[in-house]
Formats: sequence, C-alpha cells, structure tokens
Amino acid sequence: MKVDRRSFLSFVIGGAAGTALSPLPWKLMDDSSIWSQMWPWTPVPPDGEVVYEDSTCTLCPGGCGISVRKVDHRAVKIEGKKGHPVNDGGICILGLSGLQLLYGPTRIKSPMKRIGERGQGKWQKISWDEAMAILTEKLSDIRNKGEAHTVAAIAGTEGGTVPALLQRFMTAYGSPNFIRTPSHQDADELAVKTLFGASGRTGFDLENADYILSFGSGIVDGWGSPVRMFRASSLWKEKNVTVVQVEPRLSNSAAKATRWIPVNPGTEADLALGIAAVMIAQNMVDPGAVAGAGGWENQLLANYGTKKVSQVTGVDAGVILELAKGFAKANRPLALCGRGKGLVAESLRETAAVYALNALTGNINQEGGMWAIPEADYIRWPDVASDELASAGLAQPRLDGAGTGRYAGARHLLNRLADAVNGGGPYPLQALLVAGANPCYDLPDTRSVRMALERIPFIVSFSSFNDETAAMADLLLPDHVYLERYGDVPVGAGLAQQVIGLSKPVVSPQFNTRHLGETLIVAARTMGGATADAFPWDNYETCLEETLAEKWDALIEEGIWVEADIAPVADTVRLAVTDAPAVQAEGDVNSFPLLLIPYDSIRLSSGYIGDPPFMIKTVSGTVVKGKDGFIEINPQTASATGLSEGSVATLTTPRGEARVRVHLFEGIQPGVVAMARGLGHTAYDGYLAGKGVNVNELIGPVEDPSSGHDAAWGIRAKLAKA
Amino acid sequence: MSTLDKKAKEAMDDDTAHASGGGDNGAGGFIILFFIIGFAASMVLGWVVFPKLLYSQKQQPFSFNHALHVGEVDEGCESCHFFREDGSFSGIPKLAQCTDCHEEPMGETEDEAIFVEQYVAKEREVPWFSYSRQPDCVFFSHAAHVVGAKMDCVACHGHIGESERSRPYEYNRLTGYSRDIWGKNIAGFKNNSWDRMKMDDCAQCHKEAGIIHTSSVQTQRDACFVCHK
Repeated sequence: MKVDRRSFLSFVIGGAAGTALSPLPWKLMDDSSIWSQMWPWTPVPPDGEVVYEDSTCTLCPGGCGISVRKVDHRAVKIEGKKGHPVNDGGICILGLSGLQLLYGPTRIKSPMKRIGERGQGKWQKISWDEAMAILTEKLSDIRNKGEAHTVAAIAGTEGGTVPALLQRFMTAYGSPNFIRTPSHQDADELAVKTLFGASGRTGFDLENADYILSFGSGIVDGWGSPVRMFRASSLWKEKNVTVVQVEPRLSNSAAKATRWIPVNPGTEADLALGIAAVMIAQNMVDPGAVAGAGGWENQLLANYGTKKVSQVTGVDAGVILELAKGFAKANRPLALCGRGKGLVAESLRETAAVYALNALTGNINQEGGMWAIPEADYIRWPDVASDELASAGLAQPRLDGAGTGRYAGARHLLNRLADAVNGGGPYPLQALLVAGANPCYDLPDTRSVRMALERIPFIVSFSSFNDETAAMADLLLPDHVYLERYGDVPVGAGLAQQVIGLSKPVVSPQFNTRHLGETLIVAARTMGGATADAFPWDNYETCLEETLAEKWDALIEEGIWVEADIAPVADTVRLAVTDAPAVQAEGDVNSFPLLLIPYDSIRLSSGYIGDPPFMIKTVSGTVVKGKDGFIEINPQTASATGLSEGSVATLTTPRGEARVRVHLFEGIQPGVVAMARGLGHTAYDGYLAGKGVNVNELIGPVEDPSSGHDAAWGIRAKLAKA
Repeated sequence: MSTLDKKAKEAMDDDTAHASGGGDNGAGGFIILFFIIGFAASMVLGWVVFPKLLYSQKQQPFSFNHALHVGEVDEGCESCHFFREDGSFSGIPKLAQCTDCHEEPMGETEDEAIFVEQYVAKEREVPWFSYSRQPDCVFFSHAAHVVGAKMDCVACHGHIGESERSRPYEYNRLTGYSRDIWGKNIAGFKNNSWDRMKMDDCAQCHKEAGIIHTSSVQTQRDACFVCHK
C-alpha cells in the first residue's frame, strides 16, 4: 500500500471532518475563553461565614470603637462601631487601612537577633526562649553590677496596663528612665497643673460650643480624636457655629473654618494674649473662674497692647478686636490649641495663654466649655517593693533630667535624651528598650537620635513593624498588632469624659509574636527576686482582668467604659505673672532667611505607625510624587529664589539639608516653607520607604524655657535652586 | 525545451497513465480508507482522548457517605447544609459542625479513622473539593433559589444525598472548573436538570420560571447583572 499525496489529503480531510464533529474544538473554544477571562492567577477571596468582631483601635490616641468584618477566620474590613461614644460608626482613613498593618509586609514575624552590623538588616530568627534568655541575661548582668539606672525604656504612651507594666518593670528593675514619646499631652498636663493646681488633663465639650477659636489645632487634620472632630466640624456647619482657625498656613482645617486668620508662625501665644488683653481692657471678662488675676492682667495690659500684638503676629489690630469681641460675646466660646495633630509638646506659655482665654470667658467645666478632669485611675497595683539594687538605681537622676532642677515641671523629656546619650548626660546608657515608639524617625533631629542609639550597646525593640528604630536594634521581640491582642485603652484626646476602650483579639496571631505584657511578665519572672515579686500575675490576661476589676465584665460586654459624671480637678484657674519669653525658631535670620514649618495631614499617619499602602496612595501629587517630597512656598518666595512649580531645590536648615520639589501655594505666607510630616521613611515596606523627606531630619528640638519640653514650631531655613 | 520541462512532462504522462489504467482501481478505495481512518482517529481523539487529557482527577481527602448521614439526621440536607442567620448559605460543613458528633471515631471504617486522626485531632479543616462551585464571576444565592423559589436541592445537585462514596473530583486543566459545571458528557448533552450548570442552563430555567425574571427592559429577560455583579 502506497501512501500518496491524495491519500494523505484524504486522511487530513477525514481528520478535519471528524474533529469538527467531535467536541474538541467547541469545548476548547469555550475553555480558552473562560481561561482568558479569568486568569487562574487572579486571587479569588474564599467564601465563608461573615461575622463582625468589635474592638478598639489603637493606631492613634483617638480611641475609636471598631467593628471588624471577618469571613471565616480572615479579617476583611474594618468599620467604625455604631453607637460608640467616641466615633459612632465613623472611621478615619488610617483606621480603615489597619488590615494592611495586620497582613502587610512590614510585620516582624518572629523574635530575631542581629547577626550583621547595626542597621545592616541581617537578622537571625530565634525562639522566644532564646530571645528571652538573651534579654534577661543582659539585663541581669547590668543590674548585678549595680548599674540598673543605665537602662532606659521609651514608650509611645503611658496610658493603659501595657505601658504601666513596662514602667513597673523599670521601677522593679531599678531604673528611673521610663520615658514617654513627646506630644501636646505634655504641655496639657503641665498647663493643668500650673493653672488648676492639680494633676489632670483638659477635655473639650466641642459639640455644645458655639464659637471655636482654634490656635492651629488641625480640627479636620487629625487633632484630638479625629473621627469625633470630623463629626464636630460637620455639626458646627449645621448649627452655623463660628469656627476661627488661627494658622500660618491654609490647612484643610483653615479652609473648612468660617474664618482663617493667617498669623506669623510661632506667634499664636501672642495673639491669644493680645485677645485676652482686649477682653480685659474692654471689660468683657467673666470674673467667676479666675483667681488672683490682678497681677497677670496688669502684665497683660502692659505688654500685649493691640498695636504691638498686631506687629508681632501680622494680624490687623481691627481683626484682633473683632476676634476678642466675637469670642467674648459668644454664649459658649471655646479656644483650642496644640498644632496640627498635637504631636509636639509646645510651650507652656502658649498652652496656658489659650487655656487662660477659656477661663476668661467663664467656660471652665461648663457645658460647651473646657473641662479639667483627672485621668482615669483604675490601675491600682501595690507599690513595688524595691530591693537594694533597685533602690540604688532609682536614686540616680533621670537621664533626661525631667522632674528636677530647671525641668521640675516636666515628667518626660525624650527630646533631651539624644544629647544626654551623646555626652551631655550624667551617665552613659547601656541598654534601651523601645515599645510602641519610633524615636529614630519621630524625634526632631533624627540624625543626633541615631547617633545616640549607635552609642547604646544593647537595644531591644518590641515593635511589630520593621520601623527605623527596630532597624537599629540588637534584639527584636515583636508584639502582636492591635487586632491580635487584648489591651485596655484609656482615651484622653480632648474627650470631656473618662473613656476606657477594650482591644480584643479579632484574629489569632498571624506570626510568631508575643503580647508585650506577656513578654514583660515572663522577663520579670525569669529575673527572679524583687522584680518577679512585682509581677504576681500568671499571664497578661489575668493581669488585665484583675486590674479592670468590676469594669472587666462591662468591657467584655460593651467594649467600652464611660464615666461621664466626673468631678473636675478644680474649678478655678489661677493666673500668675510669668516672664517666659516666646519660643524662637532655631537659626540665624541672615544665613537662613526663610522659616520652615512642618504640617500634619490626615492622609499621612504619624508617630509609631507608618502610612499603610492604601493611605499613601491618597496623598496628593503636590505633597509626594514618586520618590520626591514637596515643600509649599508662596509664589513670591518662589520668584525671589527663581523657582517655579515642580522645580527641584535644596532646602537647608541649621540641622540638615534635603532635596525637595517646589509646590507653589497662595495659602502660605511669603518667606515661609511648609513640609508635610510623615514622609521620608527609610524603613517599613516598599510602599512607604524612600518617599519624600522626613521633616524631623531638618528640624531640631527647641526647649521650652518653662519646662524643657520640645516647643519647636519650625526652624529657619534657606532655599536654593538645585 | 529544457531538461527540467522534459522531466515534468514525463511525470505528468506517468500520472495520467496510472489514473486511466484499469489496474489502479484500488486507489479510490485507498482514498476513502484514509478518509475513514482520519475521521475515525479524530473522532476517537475528540470524544475519548481529549476528555481524558482535558480533565484531571483528584481524590477527596477521604470518602464521605451521604446516604448514611441522611439516615441519621432529622432535617435532611439542611441538617448540615443550612442557611446562616444572615441568610447566607453555609455550603460544605466546617469541622466544628462535624465534631459535634465526631469528637471520637463513630465507626470502624478507614475513612472515619482518617477523619478523626488527620482532621479532628489536629483541628484542621477538611480540604474538600467542591463539585458544584460556580466561578468567581458568578453571584449565586442559595437563598433566592431554595427559600425564594422553593427549589429542591436535587434540581441542581442531583441525588448526591444518596451517594455512599465520594466520587473522584474532576477538574478542567485549562479553567480549573469542576467537571460538574460543564457536565459529565463531553458533548454537553444532558438528560437531567442537574447534569450541567453552565450559563445556558441557568438561563433556560430562568426563562421557564416565568414572568418575574425580566430585569432587563430591553430583552424582557434577566439582565447580565443578576448573576454577574
């Protein structure tokens, strides 16, 4: 049989006919269209049972209630908890993005020890047992040498049992160096103590006020408890409440206000005192709430004449009079302070001036006014019984100098730590524990902070994230993130009530992390002796339950404890004559003709939490574009330096230098340069690292002469075309 | 005339001679034979080999006896495949449901041993393969069909409740779909309503089910978005 061409063709035709009559082409066509419509590598979220778990957000001090939507065991969305007294169903952009912190690539997944050079990023995963052994051996060594005081701990906050355990650990161990990260809380506590003569904090009945005079507080930029502030701001619009925003820059808060008063940077206190002087001069003062004001009033009238204040602040004399009248004549006026989100302490002079304004209107502890209330006091552990080593350590002065001498009024001065470690302190530091804080990014003059950390031989980070400080550490003991752990959250943030929220595990721990409270209890137990005695609890949950006592059941049930009926710390404000000078910006006017001021944005998270990917995507292209960070300058400033929109410039301050792009903005005074806080990270993930400039590298701390707190509101700067 | 032309002419003459010669009758038969061979081979390829190549098989983690369980429970299918409080359908039961009864082995079969040792003891969910899962582009609500339209489970799932063993899970290598979606029959023929669950099968039933399925004004039928959200 010879297979010729015709036979072959015949075979092919037969094959084609058979194929057409078989399902092969038709099925393949169908399948390939399905395949191309739904690529097999496109992730499909698994289906499952939907449940909501309530908890409390701890990403900022705001204390919002959250409801986390879960499908089976995965958290898929964070929503605001309806009916919650702080946020009633609302949520901010950071709270919404929280799942990216839980599941994202920035997590530290296991305890690790450094194996490369510091900052090189070479780590070795170790077991918790090994990690705890390294920690306790090192700490025991230092303590047994009688040098317990040379260990310091930095915490992001002081509120709640976890920071309290860290503080207790330091006390039992024998170190006076528990240091809280700076914020406006520092100035607020000191102002309450100075004006009311008792410890406490302020709370603001914003919802019932009918005239708001804000000295730079970012009402919709993240001040206080952000979601509550958005709501208050909307409520004021509805009720036609006058909102006056005093701020050098047209921020979102200023744009939303009824009136924006552009003021020379750093002169807010002068304006507040100027307004007070007008109120006194024109007899528009409520005498009830003010005691011993005679001397203070005379000083004010002598030093803060409208004309002089107008010159200093750049606000027209007529406007000052109008503000004074508007504020004094309103039924329930309220003045606020704490720049932006309130991340910097600010001077006592400024805070006290604004609180004095409130006092003069008689709104202290009144509906719609400013309240001075005690902190929620529910952590009642027995005093630590110090052993000899601990007593010796505790007898040493604090490294930051807080609480003694010229810093007698301050409780924490983290801004002074770098100088102290870099040679100015009474003793060198041998170990540093960092929890819920990121000093290598967050403190002004980050370069000297990094230098200081390089001198400390042993650094332990409890951070859940690969942040800048964790990168400098020798030992990483990662804490759970807030969605994986229990915790009590006492909320300050300008609330006029005492509110305690409860954080509950919404999902089980995703990685080999451990609750910081647990880590501390285990460490204390391992160290034995008096340190162990101070930590009698089996585990953190027992500690929390025992501490919250009668509140525990309510917190488990409701997720929140509200004490609305609280006695104020005092009703009268004592105004005393002070001679505190205004805080000046660092730098010489001739070499640095401009002023750099940082500003806060709700789209850029600050502090210990880095911007999650969702959030960084929402930042405008005039703030950060690609890797470039922008500064805002007035077109006049730009033309004087030959810059135009988008041009690249070098911004120099006495503390550093950075390459920036220029954004022209009419909403900023000529001669002033504004830069967003929250950019220029070197750590975290590829979504955040390397974008923009960290303003803290350009700015340095300026000590408030009254307290030692960092009161820097800006720094002198110069700009050159690059 | 060139040499090449000459050769070509000779070849043509040769061919003509073959075609007209009486001794070449078998050539036509060959052609038909080859046609039949090609036809048959491609039919075998398309109907028999192709489905074997297209579909791959996986065994379920262990065999499940529906018939036995249906006999033990009171509410039929809904005893295990129930609607949750929010109206969503639970689908394949989770381990927690099974352990209500199966904390300890409840029989002596090998499958029961695998279940208790591998999954109950280790608190691992059983990674069942779902025969009936529609792709992600399809929004399917059990509530609308079972509660709303009062349809019987059998209408789509057939008599799986009577099965005594879990049959192998077959899936399409190209699309990843379960074979049950296209149907066992490679040509797409079906005898029962549950034999296949492609879009046309949904559409057919929606068309038959009457006047409520007219969400598209243009076509007076259900619009695309009813299922494709």
